[in-house]
Amino acid sequence: MRVLVTGLGTFWGSHLAQELEQRDDVEVVVGLDTREPRLPLERTEFVRADSSYSILHRIVQATKVDTILHTHLIVDSTTLSGRAMHEINVIGTMNMLAAAGAAGSAVRKVVVKSSTLVYGANYKDPYYFREDMQRTRAPRTRVERSLMEVASFVRDFAEDNPHVIVTKLRFPNVLGDRLETPFSRALRMAVVPEISGFDPRLQFAHEDDVTGALVYATTHDVPGVYNVVGDGTLPWSEVCAIVGKRRVAMPPVFTALAAEPLRMLRVLEMPPEMLSLLRYGRAVDNQRFKKAGYHYKYSTAGAVDAFARSLRLERTVGEKDPTYRYERDVETFFRHSSAVVREAE
Amino acid sequence: MRFAAGMPDRATGDAPPTIDITTRREVDDATLAAPPAPTSSALVPIRPADERAPDFDDRAIRRGDVDAWGRSERVREVARMLYDPIYRHYFRAEWEGLEHIPETGGALLVANHAGAIPPDAPVIMHGIEKELHRPVYGLAEYLFRALPVIGTLWARAGGVPAHPDNAYRLLHDDEQLALVFPEGEKGTGKLYRDRYKLNRFGRAGFVEIAMRSGVPVVPIAVVGAEESMPILFKNRLLAKLVNIPYVPITANHLVFGPLLGTALYFPAKFKLRVLPPVHFGVPPDQERYSRSRVMEEADRIRGHLQTALYDMLRSRRSVWFG
Repeated sequence: MRVLVTGLGTFWGSHLAQELEQRDDVEVVVGLDTREPRLPLERTEFVRADSSYSILHRIVQATKVDTILHTHLIVDSTTLSGRAMHEINVIGTMNMLAAAGAAGSAVRKVVVKSSTLVYGANYKDPYYFREDMQRTRAPRTRVERSLMEVASFVRDFAEDNPHVIVTKLRFPNVLGDRLETPFSRALRMAVVPEISGFDPRLQFAHEDDVTGALVYATTHDVPGVYNVVGDGTLPWSEVCAIVGKRRVAMPPVFTALAAEPLRMLRVLEMPPEMLSLLRYGRAVDNQRFKKAGYHYKYSTAGAVDAFARSLRLERTVGEKDPTYRYERDVETFFRHSSAVVREAE
Repeated sequence: MRFAAGMPDRATGDAPPTIDITTRREVDDATLAAPPAPTSSALVPIRPADERAPDFDDRAIRRGDVDAWGRSERVREVARMLYDPIYRHYFRAEWEGLEHIPETGGALLVANHAGAIPPDAPVIMHGIEKELHRPVYGLAEYLFRALPVIGTLWARAGGVPAHPDNAYRLLHDDEQLALVFPEGEKGTGKLYRDRYKLNRFGRAGFVEIAMRSGVPVVPIAVVGAEESMPILFKNRLLAKLVNIPYVPITANHLVFGPLLGTALYFPAKFKLRVLPPVHFGVPPDQERYSRSRVMEEADRIRGHLQTALYDMLRSRRSVWFG
């Protein structure tokens, strides 16, 4: 198996590449990103690209990869401007799919990491979204619109290329000891925001389940769209109770306006999609991916509990892993210098 | 047979149950011989939220008891405690045919809807939870979910937005009792002069959901809700302005004043009759069901309910004393 990982510089890209390197059936891992990898990697080849991945076509042709893992979609709208996000999500995916479907491409599998943001959060929603259900209100935020657009590209691609196995995994909010999301940032604060009078049902996936599911989709043939999240739902108040945090109420009207000073003071940035989640919540049905054979490692409550545990450890010992910095010369030396003794060859 | 409002505690036996001896002696005997029912504060047995896949045991982690539907047994228990005096002494609710409600398995309870702020839903939910010790989920308008505080309390007390998929999961997957009012706001918003005349049963979605979930429909005829808060006038313009289904002027407003009249019911006597369950005899989980069959079944159930209502009204001597 020859794998191309997009978004190698993202949290997921790096962790997936690390995971795939360990497997014997994976011959080659090529990683692509604008930023450097975040984790030390053994044999993954890193290629620097522009954000819309215009060189992807050449890489696919040259490396003859058979599997593309598209982890580069931005789902946290606080990290980038709307324009940059559009460039990465929409144009990047378009280029990726164009390269995968081009004549002479050896790609037989595409795995896309998407988000349950595509379902939105609205009071008219069903309590559990299945993969074939539509959202009940047109997307209003930029990140949701771009993800919807990506979804339609991927659907068309799967239709036009029946010889390629296309898997799309939709993840909810993810918690883990190393990942940063708007929710994990909120739960790390001394007091946690809630919207007065609302206590929505939420689901959280553990980061190990996210990498686990992506690796599972890479190594097994599971075409289609899947929601990936552990069993159960929790009210936001209970999530805060498990993490051991007090809540502070924001007004139920003009909530976005009230959240604005927090953003300006750099206390906490709550994007509009997070505010609607804190109001109405969202849960998805995880049966389809279970039936496809995946075994979850954590339930929703388990994911929150694991996060609470890692917070407690962090409070005592601080940052446990030293931050890794990618050095091109060092990596090139270890990979390609004749001075390094390589056992296998 | 007939159950008195708030079954008397048989263990202590401080009041004998009112039993209509003219009907169905054997059922009465069976009920009397049954083990003493737990007192009103006893927990209603609730299945774990997802019994099909007990992959994880979250009990050690959980800090609350809110289930997959947002219902909390603890909140429900407090609600039952607070509501019980109203149920027993104010509305003096009286049931007949409770044996028609299945003790296990899912069933869709269907009732007529009345009163400007409908008092029938809490009476039915409270009554069944008390008498049968089974939780009831009330399917209702989405609007609740959009309201702060009220929406949360409503969900904790067993309210679920009436989305077809929610109903299917409740009935088919979780095998629970779900209560629905097919008339919707047309039932609660009708004027006093139209009392006890059933409205159209929507698009008969409830029949289709019961068919798809493979559960019976159990109709419940409620008498008393109409008189507890009768609507005299409706203001269409005002309703449009504030974007709610109707703005009623009720008799309660005239008697108790505009503020108190919005919250205070008249002490009308509540009588509830459970009709025999309707089984459809169609396979569950079909892609779609015959539209004409669905409409026909809905019409038949509506007919049964209407007949039962007229029958109950015929034997009612007083609005206040039954």
